[in-house]
Formats: sequence, structure tokens, C-alpha cells
Amino acid sequence: MSESVVTLDRVSVTYGKQRALRDVSAVFPKGAVGLLGPNGAGKSTMLKSLLGFVKPDSGTLNVLGLNVADKPLEVRARLGYMPESEAHIPGMNAVSLVAYCGQLSGLPKADAMQRAHEVLYYVGLGEARYRNVETYSTGMKQRIKLAQALVHDPDLLFLDEPTNGMDPKGRDEMLELIRDLAHNKGVNLILSSHLLPDVEYTCDHVVVMDKGTVATFGTIEALKGPAGRVYEVRVKGELPTFIAALKAAGLEASETDEDVMRVFVPGVPAGSGEDQQRICGVALSAGVQIRHLKPSLPTLEDVFARAIGEA
Amino acid sequence: MSPIHDQSYRRYQGARNMSGSAWAVIAWSGIRAMLAKRAYLGLVIFSWVPFIVNAVRIYVAANYPQAGAFFGISAITFRQFLESQSVFVFFMTVWAGAGLIANDRRANALQIYLSKPLLRSEYIGGKLAVLVAFLVNVTLIPGVLLILLQIAFSGSFDFIRANAFLVPAVILGSLVQVIVASTTMLALSSLSKSSRYAALLYTGAIFFTDAVFGAVRVITGNTRMAWLSISANMGQVTDVIFRQTPKYETPWIVSLMVLLALVAVSISVLERRVRGVEVVS
Repeated sequence: MSESVVTLDRVSVTYGKQRALRDVSAVFPKGAVGLLGPNGAGKSTMLKSLLGFVKPDSGTLNVLGLNVADKPLEVRARLGYMPESEAHIPGMNAVSLVAYCGQLSGLPKADAMQRAHEVLYYVGLGEARYRNVETYSTGMKQRIKLAQALVHDPDLLFLDEPTNGMDPKGRDEMLELIRDLAHNKGVNLILSSHLLPDVEYTCDHVVVMDKGTVATFGTIEALKGPAGRVYEVRVKGELPTFIAALKAAGLEASETDEDVMRVFVPGVPAGSGEDQQRICGVALSAGVQIRHLKPSLPTLEDVFARAIGEA
Repeated sequence: MSPIHDQSYRRYQGARNMSGSAWAVIAWSGIRAMLAKRAYLGLVIFSWVPFIVNAVRIYVAANYPQAGAFFGISAITFRQFLESQSVFVFFMTVWAGAGLIANDRRANALQIYLSKPLLRSEYIGGKLAVLVAFLVNVTLIPGVLLILLQIAFSGSFDFIRANAFLVPAVILGSLVQVIVASTTMLALSSLSKSSRYAALLYTGAIFFTDAVFGAVRVITGNTRMAWLSISANMGQVTDVIFRQTPKYETPWIVSLMVLLALVAVSISVLERRVRGVEVVS
């Protein structure tokens, strides 16, 4: 595995009686890493712990080789954070806000102002940079959050749900920016999201969290596994009976939003057509008709579903 | 053809300042934001009217001995000047201070601030400096300037020699007003996401404690309970600083303890409320 930018060693965080992180150990490699998990999985808590906002009950957090507990300022000087919730400095226009954040991060005033203009053009707010941020649309507010996180040129970016509330076009543009930062500009980033396509498009690695623990991690390609071992299936008949029969036969099945379900065939393929015959056999025994059976590429959704036990 | 200027993202190669000067950036930004408001700027200018009146008074007393008896300048003049400025201290505290943290909380700005390389104490210090700068501008600076004018207009150091305590008294008396008002206001501002509500809280704290003291005074017929009022406590301590007999029967040390407790509670509130994440147990 390539050099790491973040490591967590047996980290536990508790809010009152609620354990948000449970003895989490994880390594985030360089590049773009997706932090996946359902709401309440502990993603935001992990980011806030890495920023030093939350003090862990136990464990060690290292960012870019620095211990967060010992050198929080040095860590934050090299980090950029785009928070999940709507956040801005009140009463400022975009260029003042971003330059102000640059100065807070230690940039000289003139450099901060120059960087603010550059970064605002980069995130697509060049024309609106003299407008008060409070008049911005939700999508523009997302961009200004990215701009303030980028202005001091961080070595590592934390992006917490960066496409929240954006329209499809804005979302695509935001994902392009994130992808460009990670793949062309050499900025390491951790993208926390529950939107799997966002992570799949922008990241090379994922860490999947569930109920305050790391459910799985690795490169997306490795986690998805070889192609052709996932099948799209549509049946006529009792679906619950069929799913139960598939599970009894050692296959994994998950329903999707559409009428097509996904069936995973674990293990090494026995031979050409073996998997399909196995599924058809199960259908026959369950008394359902198969109307559609097609090999499919495993998606991050499959990885996620399996990791958090929804498959 | 390559572009003459690359407008995409570029890595930064310049210098970075890690000297803990973020508080100054916050303070300067806050001061500029307030001065950009014309009405507030008007208040700042208007707050110097008593200074001008007193400066004229000192000039006349120093240059026209026959008017000296009428415009008699003594240590009490400077004490009265500080007392007259307390109304400006109140208005400026409410106007400039109510939104200092409340507005940041409303806009979720704390997580932006605290994700930068600055300590919570730097953030609080920067916000406090905004208020302190404006309050010093209506108390300490004109107070000290009046003493300098007294020396300049009279052309001798006789007055200041006879009242050697005056310079430290003006400084201390101003700081009592400034520190109590700014820490209390900032703490109240951190308790709410609405600057109006914070302003109401501060106004209430000042007037309600005064009203309670007034009521107790009427009932008991004495002023031993003056410690109940924030402004009465400030008056007691300032009187002692200026070597005057305190107005009320409450011992000045009790008033000082109440003010110190108020500042301590305010700092404690700020320590608890200024965080990058709001934890609800």
C-alpha cells in the first residue's frame, strides 16, 4: 500500500452515552479516499476527531505524520476542511471571505487575496466573487466552502458531503473539481459521503464505516472483485421465497429500487454458464420464473451493501 | 497556443506565517466591518463630544483664571468624564458586541474558524479585541488625552504632580469598564445564534440588576445591597480607584469580587460555548 496520510489506531469517541467511534483502526493512503457509510456511521465524527474538534476517549490519530493531540495547529495548517452543514463567515463577500480564511491559515495578506481570486475562479465563482455570500444559492455555498478549504493550498482535504443540496449539473461540476484536485493537482483528499456514485467517480480507495466501526477498506477495484460474478435478475413469482432460496443455496441477493434484483455468486467460477445454471436451479426449486438474467459489473453499491450486511 | 495565465488550481509556494497572529486578523476584520457601518461610525464620532466639551473646559480653565473657579478642574473632572462615557460604553457594547459570536454561530462559522491553525483562545481573543478597541476608544484614549491636554494647556506639570494617581486611575478605571462590559457581552453573544437576543440579554442584565438594586434600596432604606447591580459595582470600584468616597454602602472589595466573578463566569461560558462541534449528550 502507498504511503499513508491518515492513520487511526484504536480510536474511540463517545458523545454522552452514544459511542460514535468504537476502537477504530484505519489507514488512509495518499490520493483520493472515500469515507462511506450510512448516516450515523461515524464518518463526520472521524473527520472532526482528525481536525481536533472532538477529543477521543482513547487511541491515537495521525495526520500527515503528525499526532493530532500533540500538534493540532501544525496539522490544521496543512488541512483543508469543507464542512457538511452550510457554513460561512457572515457579512462578507466571497473574495473577502476566502482571503480572510487564507490569512487565518497563515498566508500573508497580499498572497491570501491573490489566492482567493484564483481559487474562486477555479471553483466557478469568479463572476460572483464580489457578491455577499449570504445571497448565494445552495450550490454556490458548497463551492465557497470548497474555496475556503483550498485557499491555503492544503496537503490534505476533508470534504464532508460536498455535493449536498446541489442540482445535477452543479453536482457533476463539483465532482469534476474534486477529481481534478485529486488526480491532477496532487491534493490528497478524504471524501465523506453516503452517495456511492460520488465516491466511485472521484476516489481510488474507500473506507466503509458502519455503526462506529470500519466495515471494510481497500481500493475500489479490489473490493468490487472480478467482473461477471454479479447478476441482474428479474423474476415473476414470490420474491421473498426466491431470496430465501438463494441465501439457502449460499448466494447473496439484494433488492434494488427497480424491479431488478442483484445476485452475487461468491467463490471462483466453476465454468462457463455454471453460475447462471445455479441461479436458474434455485428459481426452479423456489417456484419462480426468471424473466431476466444478465451478468453485471459489481458496483460500489454492491461492496457497500455487503460490507454493512445489507446483502 | 498556451494560455497567458493559468486560471486553474495552482499549488502555493509562498511564505506561511505560523506566529499565532490569527487573533489580530480576526480583530482587524471585525473592526473594519463595524466601521463600514455609517451609523456605527457616527456613534464612534459622537462619543468624542464629551471629550471635546471637557477639552474646551480645560482650555478655558487654564487660560482664563477668572473662569477657573467656574470650570474648576480636579481629579473629579476625570472621574466624571469616565462616568459620562459609560452611556457610550453601553451602546457600543450592545451594538458591536452582540453579534460577534452569535452571528458566527448562526452561520456555522465556528467550524470554519477552528479548522484553521488557530486556538479557541485566539478566536475569543480576536473577538474580544474588537470590542476592547471600540471601548478603549471612548474611555481610556480620551481620558489620557484629557490629562495630556491639561498639561499642555496649563503649561506645567503642577496639576499632574499634585494628582500623581490620575494617570493610573484613568487607565484602571477605563479597564474596569472595558473588561467587564466586553467579557460579559461576548459570553452572552456566545449563548445565542441571534445578535438581537444577545443584545437583549445584555441590556436586561444591566437594567434588571439595576432595577433589583433600586427595589431593594427602597425596601431596606440603605445601599448595602449595591453589589446586586453591575453598574453600581463598577461605580464603587471606579470611585475607589479615583480616591473618591464610594457612593454606596457596599464595601468596594465586595463590588470588586462580584465583578471578578462576572468576568470569570463569562470566560467559563466562552470556554464551553466556543467549540468546533456542538455536542448534544
